[in-house]
Amino acid sequence: MAWQQPMDGSHASGSKAAAAVADGPGTQRTQYPYVTGSSIIALKYKDGVIMASDTGASYGSTLRYKSVERIKAVGKHSLIGASGEFSDFQEILRYLDELTLSDHMWDDGNSLGPKEVHSYLTRVMYNRRNKFDPLWNSLVIGGVKKGPKGEEKYLGMVNMIGTHFEENHIATGFGNHMAIPILRTEWREDMTFEEAVKLVEKCLLVLLYRDRSSINKFQIAKITTEGATIYPPYSLKTYWGFAAFENPAQGAVGSW
Amino acid sequence: MSRRGDWVYENNGGTCVAIAGADYCVVAADTRLSVGYNILTRDHSKICELADKCALASSGFQGDIKALHKNLAARELLYQHQHNKRMSCPAMAQLLSNTLYYKRFFPYYAFNVLGGLDSEGKGCVFTYDAVGSYERTGYSAQGTGSALIMPVLDNQLKSPSPLLLPARDAVTPLSETEAVDLVKDVFASATERDIYTGDKLEIVVINKAGTKREYIDLRKD
Repeated sequence: MAWQQPMDGSHASGSKAAAAVADGPGTQRTQYPYVTGSSIIALKYKDGVIMASDTGASYGSTLRYKSVERIKAVGKHSLIGASGEFSDFQEILRYLDELTLSDHMWDDGNSLGPKEVHSYLTRVMYNRRNKFDPLWNSLVIGGVKKGPKGEEKYLGMVNMIGTHFEENHIATGFGNHMAIPILRTEWREDMTFEEAVKLVEKCLLVLLYRDRSSINKFQIAKITTEGATIYPPYSLKTYWGFAAFENPAQGAVGSW
Repeated sequence: MSRRGDWVYENNGGTCVAIAGADYCVVAADTRLSVGYNILTRDHSKICELADKCALASSGFQGDIKALHKNLAARELLYQHQHNKRMSCPAMAQLLSNTLYYKRFFPYYAFNVLGGLDSEGKGCVFTYDAVGSYERTGYSAQGTGSALIMPVLDNQLKSPSPLLLPARDAVTPLSETEAVDLVKDVFASATERDIYTGDKLEIVVINKAGTKREYIDLRKD
């Protein structure tokens, strides 16, 4: 109950004590997303995993933030990318910082790989949905780590209610409709980084043309055995001069 | 309950079938994971090997299914430590029922078929609804393709009426290879009409020699 919660946030579940709505009759604690990021594109290539997204975050249909990083490195072997509620993503990054720190403090030479991070996140997402207080995101986790069978590439995703799986290529949000068909026809296991960048840019360009909440400022990140690299943002060349773009009504059948 | 939104569940589709014979059991499920008209992945196993000579195939909401499988695997490990033996398939069947009913008012959205060998080495199939009512049968189908598959199994396997006295054995008269062939056929057929079934079929065959897995391709459209 709300009146039993201390105001200073020293409660066990202090992180959300102040924000949580009372769990009584007639009250709601299910929120909806405010600031959202759009698609994440990710795929395995020869030396690791490549991940890409634009740097926009929308407030409803308003493009509110135009330069936010939606791809971050986690520990030594993983990358995480997020679509959906941006503040929930930032809370997830805090969870992951806590996780990697407490794991590091064992000082046993072990470190969490992408598989472990993914597994952890599936449990976090599923538990929050069970509390009817979800983290409104689709998360993509990619990474490489030495395993019993040598270098193992990993790419998985989890959504806001805890559905999760592994795949060779993943696209969230609008990308699931627009980019997946491209990835399914053109993806290969042994792509070089340059080929992977080309493929990812092709997907991003399609999304830029068709997803109204996407912007022309992109970030690409890769993770290999050498570690994570998040490249600085850049733009893609666009062409809007198609006749159908300039006069979409021309040739349309109808009295108007 | 009124505060529960429609977002808490998702149907990820899939079909599960199990057929029991005199000394074997076949458990099968497709590997497609979808939501709405989207296919999330074409290679996601729905079958979990639990207990001794026992496999569980589940379709429904993947998040709940994984939680259920993890829960049951953990409970089976505790059982092993406490009793110094593996759980039998009928024991796992009862545990699954209790586990499902425990969440009667916020159910696991999971449709399960449990198959394996009982303590006498005879094939057994247990079929469930989402809240834990279950029945021991000789064969069963669950999931999005069940309406297409179940009548075919009824027709081909002609189980004795449960009303007969004394109770007749429910196991099918087929040989192991005949049962595996039947499973392949019913899945190939269901894939033709059910958009949530396809990509690949995973078959687990359990007999006294142990368990073996087999895969065949299904239509990917």
